[in-house]
Order: sequence, then C-alpha cells, then structure tokens
Amino acid sequence: MVPLWMYLVVAAGLFCIGLFGVLTRRNAIAILMSIELMLNAVNINLVAFWRYQTPDKIGGQVFAAFVFVVAAAEAVVGLALILAIYRRRRTVIAEDVDMLKW
Amino acid sequence: MFEVPGLGDLNVAATLPVTSLVLGTCILLIVDLFVPTDRKHITAWLAALGIGVLLVLALLALGEITEFGDGEEAFSGMFVADAFTDMINVIALITALLGVMVAYNYLERTGIQRGEYYVLLLFATAGVMFMGAAGDLVVVFVALELLSIPLYILSGFRRPQEASEESALKYFLLGAFASGFLVYGIALIYGATGTTNLHDIWQAAGDIVAGHKSGRFLLLGGAGLALVGLGFKVAAVPFHMWTPDVYQGAPTPVVAYMSVAAKAGGFAAMARVLASGLSNFALDPGEAAVWQDTVWLLAILTMLLGNVVAIVQTDLKRLLAYSSIAHAGYILIAVAAAGTAAVADEAVQSVAIYLMAYALTNVGAFAVIVAVERDDATNTGLDSMRGLANARPWLAAAMALFMFSLTGIPLTAGFVGKWFVFKAALAADLIPAAVVGVVTSLVSAFYYLRIVWLMYFEESEVEVSTPWPLAWAIGVASVGTLLLGMLPYILTDMVREITLAFGG
Repeated sequence: MVPLWMYLVVAAGLFCIGLFGVLTRRNAIAILMSIELMLNAVNINLVAFWRYQTPDKIGGQVFAAFVFVVAAAEAVVGLALILAIYRRRRTVIAEDVDMLKW
Repeated sequence: MFEVPGLGDLNVAATLPVTSLVLGTCILLIVDLFVPTDRKHITAWLAALGIGVLLVLALLALGEITEFGDGEEAFSGMFVADAFTDMINVIALITALLGVMVAYNYLERTGIQRGEYYVLLLFATAGVMFMGAAGDLVVVFVALELLSIPLYILSGFRRPQEASEESALKYFLLGAFASGFLVYGIALIYGATGTTNLHDIWQAAGDIVAGHKSGRFLLLGGAGLALVGLGFKVAAVPFHMWTPDVYQGAPTPVVAYMSVAAKAGGFAAMARVLASGLSNFALDPGEAAVWQDTVWLLAILTMLLGNVVAIVQTDLKRLLAYSSIAHAGYILIAVAAAGTAAVADEAVQSVAIYLMAYALTNVGAFAVIVAVERDDATNTGLDSMRGLANARPWLAAAMALFMFSLTGIPLTAGFVGKWFVFKAALAADLIPAAVVGVVTSLVSAFYYLRIVWLMYFEESEVEVSTPWPLAWAIGVASVGTLLLGMLPYILTDMVREITLAFGG
C-alpha cells in the first residue's frame, strides 16, 4: 500500500503551489483559485490521516466534507465581491484596486 | 460501524442561547422578505429585540441564576457550555446590540437600510458565540467562517461605493488565505493526535510530551499554522496588513461591530485551542507550553508596530485600526501567560476581562465617528474632532472617556483590562512583554490624548448628528466603560468561574 507520507508530501506540495499562487498572481480570480488549492491540500491531508490512523471513526471524513462546504460558501461570496468590483472598474486585477493605501 | 447518539444524549438545552439565535436569525431572514423596503427599521427592531432577550438569558446563565441543560458538554463534546462560553456570549450579544443601535440611522441616511444588514450581523454574532463554545476543532473552523463570511459581505455593504467594495475584497482575499492556514494546521493537529476533540487532543498531547506517542513535529507544525490563521483574524503583527485598509474602507458601523466581534471570536478560539487543547504541549514535561515564547514575541511586535504607526495617522478610522492592532498585542500577552500552567486560569480570565472592556470602549469610539461622519463617508479625519467640546460637550466628554479608556487611564474599563493582563504576565514571568506593554501604553497616550486636545482646546465649526439610537449606544458604552472602571469587581465576579485547562 502507498505509505502515508506520500500523501502528505502531495498535500504539502499542493498547499505550497496554492500559497505561491496567492502571493504571485495579480488576478483576483486566480488568487481565489489558489486559495481553493490550499483548501484541497487540507482535504487530502484529512482523508489520508483518517484512512491510515483512525478508519473506525468518521471524524476526518466529516471534517473534509465541512471544508468543501465552507470553500463553496467562500467562493460564492468571493466571486460576488469580484463581480461587484468588475462592474464598476472593469478590472479584476488586485493591484489596480488600490484606492486605499496599503 | 459508526455509533449515532440519540437526540436525548445531545444535551441540546445547553446550547440554547446560540441555537435560538441561529434559528431566530433564519426566521428573521424570511420575515424580512415581507417587510416593505421603506420600512426596514422593523427588521432592525426585531433584531434588537431578539438580541435583548438572549442577552438577558446569557446574563442569567453567567450569573448562575439559571443553567441550561445538564452538565457542560453538549453534542458529544463538540460544544462546551462553561463559564467562558457564558462570558463570550455576553460580550458578543452586547456588541451586537450596540452594533444594531449604531447602524440604525447611519444606514437610513446613507440609503442602504436593507434587512440583510441585521441578519448578517446576527449570523456573525452566532459565529463568535460558537467560537467561545467550541469543544472541537471542526467547530472552531466552522464558527470562524460563520463569523468571517458575513463580515466580508458587511464590509462591502455600501456597494457601489468604491472604498467599501475594495475593503471587502481585500478582507475576503486575506481572510480566506488565513483560513487556509488555520485549517491546514488543524489537519496536522488531527494527524498527530488522531482526533479533533480538544479534550482528546489534550490527552494525546500529554502522551506525545511524555514520549509514549510519536507525532511531536506534526503537532508543532499544526499548532504553528493554526496560530498563523488565528493571528490573521485578530490582526496580530505580522499578519495585520489588511486591518487599516478594511477599517478605513468599510462602513463605520460595520467597523464598530467588526473590530470587537472579530477580536472576541479570534481570541476565544485562540484561548480554546491553545490554553485548553494544547495547554500541556511542552518540549519537556512540566515546562511552559511550547507556543508561549512565540505568542509573547508576536505580542511585543504587535504592540510596538500598532502603537508607533498609529502616531502618524491622520484618519480617525485608520488610527483606530492601528490602535486595534495594538490592543490585540495586549491581549496576546495574556494568551501567552496562559502557557504557564500555574497562571492559566488567571490569564484566561484576564483575556475575558480585556475583551469586555475593549468591546464597550471601542464600539463607543466608533459610534462617535459615526456621529461626525457625513453621508458621503467623508469627514472622518482627525480634524472632524476639532472644537467638538464647544458644540457638543456631552459627545466630546464621551469620546474623551473612550480615549482615556483605550489609553488605560485609571477609573476607566481599559485600565482594569490592562491591569489584569499585566498582572497575569508578571505572574507567568513574562517580564519583557509586560515592560513593552507598559511603555507602549505611554506611547499610545500621545495619539489618544491628541484627539482629546483637538476636541477641547481648538476651535472649528462642527457638524454632528446624533439621533437617539446612536446617542443611546454612545451613552450605554460610556456608562459601561466608566462603571466597569470604577467598580472592577463587577468584571472579576463575571469571570471568576472561568477555567479552561483540563484537570487531572
């Protein structure tokens, strides 16, 4: 059987790709997609830990389902906000949305 | 294969304050559909009424006059109904009530009086309450999102005003990014301990420290990432970048509510996860918890940056944003002190005291900004305070009181909060953090008292509107700030029963 650490490495890699995306992409939708990648890395972790360590308790699987639902709710709100900004400014580039100074 | 607990075993009654809030809010969402657009104040009234009833229930539970359900555990340990839960309930509901009162006329005069505002505010309040009651990391995560998602929407509530939309987008992107860290950390904690229940995590962490169980580095990584995620929510340096922009751009009544609610929720979750679940996670048995050093270093950075950058701010909302970063630093000292087992109870009690004092003071200060703000969201600069004392002596007196309280001058609630935080820090031998705390409090006097100076010793034309709900909110906040400051035993009595560490 594939050992647990392989799953963890895949998940960590996916998380880092997401992290890199958030930090480097300029398009707000691409940033949102990168955040989804980070959450999916979490799901791989949760399900792998569940399967290898406590397969007789349902906790890890249920948690993964909660992460899906929350990710979906976040995407809805996020896309709505991006759409609202796009309608007014005709841009979804996060750097162009800079009326307030950092 | 899996056991399903019966409805009777769930102890639903223990969750009464928060479950009835969620149910009531869902009903309000439907009722709001039938309220005509020009009479949305009915929704506000219903929301305020519901919060009022629940506040009475929460106060009764806190005063141990009534107890809901039997025992402290509900939903098989997912939900904990102890003294800390009751205290966070009271703080969240007071903040929500003041939040509704502050928003009422502002929404009316800026033309965004929509029922969703109150519904979202109530959902966020439920998030704070669930966070205080979390007995399981799943609840921590879901409650954090229940708090955050409504706040993202509320920040953008003044659509199509550009600043509001922009602050919502920034808050959303950074908030979602932070919850990614939090949930990854939770997944690692789950991997190391095999459970998400905080009590079981505490037991497993004890085994790991004693060397009976592997997974020490996994748990360490998990705790670190969870700390990053929660640090974002409470605006601790270096995770504070979103705070000034969001506070400046979001509608002021939202900021009044959000600045307190997000902090109360974030610190409640931090107390539950660190001071409860991972309280015994040390590198060697018997030592202070492993996260203690990190947390007090974060606290020092947060206090320094918040207070120093606040000095050069010219916009009141931005200034109070940096001030709120600084206050996160003070509360972090108390969280760090909870890492020493002997003072854990005292430290968690001081977190609750500080949050209560901060709630009243900060909502009050933002309410004064709402009073001077023009309908087009301008006039929030420091200049707007100039000459306020001549035109509106009572309003100026209230603002001065809030500024004194934020500085931590005796006879105000802020002083009581700082007193107990520093006392806990000294008891836990965190001398550097306590010293930096006292010194930065002195620095903060400069920018807080400058506002008082502008109000009392400079002259200018002022335009202020204080309709009665706003005036009452400011009144309640200032009476509360003064009362808790002069009679600190009210606060110490409220938190006396709080103990988060698992015994034996």
